[in-house]
Amino acid sequence: MKRLFLALLLLLSAGLSGAALAAIDTYQFADQETRLRFYQLNDELRCPKCQNQALGDSNSPIAIDLRREVHRLLGEGNSDREIKDYLVARYGEYVLYRPQLSSHTLMLWLTPLALLLIGLAVVLLMVKRRKAPHGTLTLDATEQQRLKALLAEDKELK
Amino acid sequence: MKRLYLFIPLVIFIALALLFSKGLKLDPTAMPSALIDQPVPAFSLPSLSSEQRLLTRDDLLGEVSLLNVWATWCPSCRHEHPYLMELADQVRIIGINYKDDRAAALLWLSALGDPYAFNVFDQDGTLGVDLGVFGAPETYIIDPQGMVRYKHVGVVNERVWLERLKPLVVKLLAEADS
Repeated sequence: MKRLFLALLLLLSAGLSGAALAAIDTYQFADQETRLRFYQLNDELRCPKCQNQALGDSNSPIAIDLRREVHRLLGEGNSDREIKDYLVARYGEYVLYRPQLSSHTLMLWLTPLALLLIGLAVVLLMVKRRKAPHGTLTLDATEQQRLKALLAEDKELK
Repeated sequence: MKRLYLFIPLVIFIALALLFSKGLKLDPTAMPSALIDQPVPAFSLPSLSSEQRLLTRDDLLGEVSLLNVWATWCPSCRHEHPYLMELADQVRIIGINYKDDRAAALLWLSALGDPYAFNVFDQDGTLGVDLGVFGAPETYIIDPQGMVRYKHVGVVNERVWLERLKPLVVKLLAEADS
């Protein structure tokens, strides 16, 4: 029981330190829901300067500015969609970790699906091939006799 | 026929090798500006030299200009500065002093020279966000109507100027004259 408690405590502290790694700002929110939306946006938006860091994960000056913008836009009652559009209009689609479906992102969205289908096709093909019978196994009269002779020979040798 | 199947891995390998060798040559920091052929966003910010003087988008109009985002905290800007001094004779350069300290910026200009027609003092980086600035230095080519025509991220040096900026600037200047 004590051990279980300790393990839980360790898990909890690991979770907390993970949260502590994220950049810290002091922002006030109208309500809890807005706060959660802010964190969600911070996770889904990408810092334009950093090669691969979420907005909420970076301490670069531009990320700090953009978090401030996101906070301001949330305060003005914009929807998540509007906030993303605002940033895309300035920094391009690069800032979206989940790019919108459009003609030039089609490949990005469809390639995994295509690979999955190819994989399924290959598996089906292999399964089908394995089940296929390996020709007929009946022997005609002469073959039967030869077989018997061979077996008899085998016995004699032993 | 079966033998040909043996070449499938080789074909896949070659295709991937080609793809990745192309990827190696791509610049991961290159980001197309979302603002190309869009008007410079409206702003109202003080001038660097005088706190009382407010500058707006209208101050950029009328001439082909380079809009140069710089700051004293930016080492590459210092590296870029001498070349901007040379360019100042050829084209109007407007500075955006980005998230900087006013006194430090003024000291910089008096010590190193001032290539700028004027400087917008964007202390909080609000104009920077509207322009899609994500670092300094960045340089935009603005036509006389105030449209962004090109964006260069990084230092402007002789090579960048001759290869990328000058052809467009010359073209725009010719258009503006006709």
